[in-house]
Amino acid sequence: MNLRGIWAIYHYEMSRFFRTLMQSFLSPVISTSLYFVVFGAAIGSRIDEVEGVSYGAFIVPGLVMLSVITQAIANASFGIYFPKFIGTIYELLSAPVNFLEIVIGYVGAAATKALFIGVVILGTATLFVDLHVEHPVAMVAFLVLTCVSFALLGFIIGIWAGNFEQLQLVPLLVVTPLIFLGGSFYSISMLPPVWQTITLFNPVVYLISGFRWAFFGMADVPVGLSLLAIAGFTALCLAVIWWIFRTGWRLRS
Amino acid sequence: MSMVEVAQVAKKYDGSFEALKGVDLNIEQGEILALLGPNGAGKTTLISIICGLVTPTGGHIRVGGHDVITDYRETRRLVGLVPQEINLEPFEKVLNTVRFSRGLFGLKRDDAKIEDVLRRLSLWDKRDTPIRALSGGMKRRVLIAKALAHEPKVLFLDEPTAGVDVELRRDMWEIVADLKARGTTIILTTHYIEEAEAIADRIGVINRGRILLVEDKQSLMTRLGRKELRISLDAPLDALPPSLEGRGLELQDGGQMLVHSYDSTAERSGIARLMADLATEGIAVRDVATRQSSLEEIFVNMVHSEEEAA
Repeated sequence: MNLRGIWAIYHYEMSRFFRTLMQSFLSPVISTSLYFVVFGAAIGSRIDEVEGVSYGAFIVPGLVMLSVITQAIANASFGIYFPKFIGTIYELLSAPVNFLEIVIGYVGAAATKALFIGVVILGTATLFVDLHVEHPVAMVAFLVLTCVSFALLGFIIGIWAGNFEQLQLVPLLVVTPLIFLGGSFYSISMLPPVWQTITLFNPVVYLISGFRWAFFGMADVPVGLSLLAIAGFTALCLAVIWWIFRTGWRLRS
Repeated sequence: MSMVEVAQVAKKYDGSFEALKGVDLNIEQGEILALLGPNGAGKTTLISIICGLVTPTGGHIRVGGHDVITDYRETRRLVGLVPQEINLEPFEKVLNTVRFSRGLFGLKRDDAKIEDVLRRLSLWDKRDTPIRALSGGMKRRVLIAKALAHEPKVLFLDEPTAGVDVELRRDMWEIVADLKARGTTIILTTHYIEEAEAIADRIGVINRGRILLVEDKQSLMTRLGRKELRISLDAPLDALPPSLEGRGLELQDGGQMLVHSYDSTAERSGIARLMADLATEGIAVRDVATRQSSLEEIFVNMVHSEEEAA
């Protein structure tokens, strides 16, 4: 295992993050505050509680997931797409590192950034609502797993993308709708029965549900199923990346 | 044992284009080998296969006795690559990007080593400069510094002086000479014959995915290099006087130019006698020039005759 190689990639990626620390910190604070103003104040004034939890608190897990997933994908996809775009990928491909080491470096850094933003959002949220976490260990586990698995997805998107438009395509057309329709801002039980069934095909539902369970002890789907879903998703992404490096798809000719 | 052994290496792309057709090549430790060939000859493909950027469709490559596919960690530690394009992250500082390269190759951070590399390449003063603020020549040096950061035994320079002005080209040659003096094996591709002639120990000519020849530069020059004595005459001659016939002399430019071909390494060039005979014949000479066929001509002839055969 080339541990120094992993560290070099991780450190290099993180240093880009630290160069723009204020942006990295301020933008989630501002966007979270906006969500609270819009959803919390406007909608929250009409919906008091969802299953015994104040609406403001209820949307916190969904808000965190929304940002964490978006950030994990954006950071990881950019992280690997950028070297491809400017040509510095040659160095990575000619270095004594294997696919797992490259993935740990890039995905680890992207997941760290997403985790940082998740924590910032949670911190900001406590300024607006009273939060108490029923299952802190599970909460952290869900958060970390989400960061990692969506950073893996982002990594795949970054390798697949042939230009900057494609880099935005999947997050914009697939991921964001799935997150919004995945119960970020409502409980599935609030939907008509048909939509409840359809929603169960949305993988993000399981993540948000599990994460919300860690906070409030209530969930749309059983928490075991949530864990299984995220584990399965992580394994799937890893398998795809393994295949990419084995065949050199979009990396080696 | 050769430092790099290339055996029957082939590369066929999906569109059935054959970039390399069974290339054999041995590179000896400590030498400078120039791979000479026109654009699209397969130079970059060959280098990319040795460095792990392109997967071969046939053959074997060993670096330092290790197979580049099964023992890629060993071979890649031995090899440094300076790519043809200036592929650098514009916002990163020189020092950081070189440090990154060293770490990526699994070596412990060593600031003294990095400083040494940067000083040798006259980059130390620029260490905290973002790469986008550097000139083109400096950027090429950064690429070399990155390739040297992990102290490779073999350095591949892919067209190091493409699009570089004359002065920078000479700088680059000095850098290469310095590396050779430190024992680094160097393989450079170029389509400037002048470059191969100036710095290489051996020259390989590649065209259409085949190595046409690999030979010691001096012996190649001697073997194929003819020298000509070109004599401008005061008055044109209709024909050679009988006393000058049968010596390989040729009249050109409507009899205005007398050309004498000879082997510059032979004991007698026959020049003195020829001049004396011209004087005897009363042929007035206006000017005299000698001309040695360059590698360029050798190369062009070789590539042409291969293309005619194809």
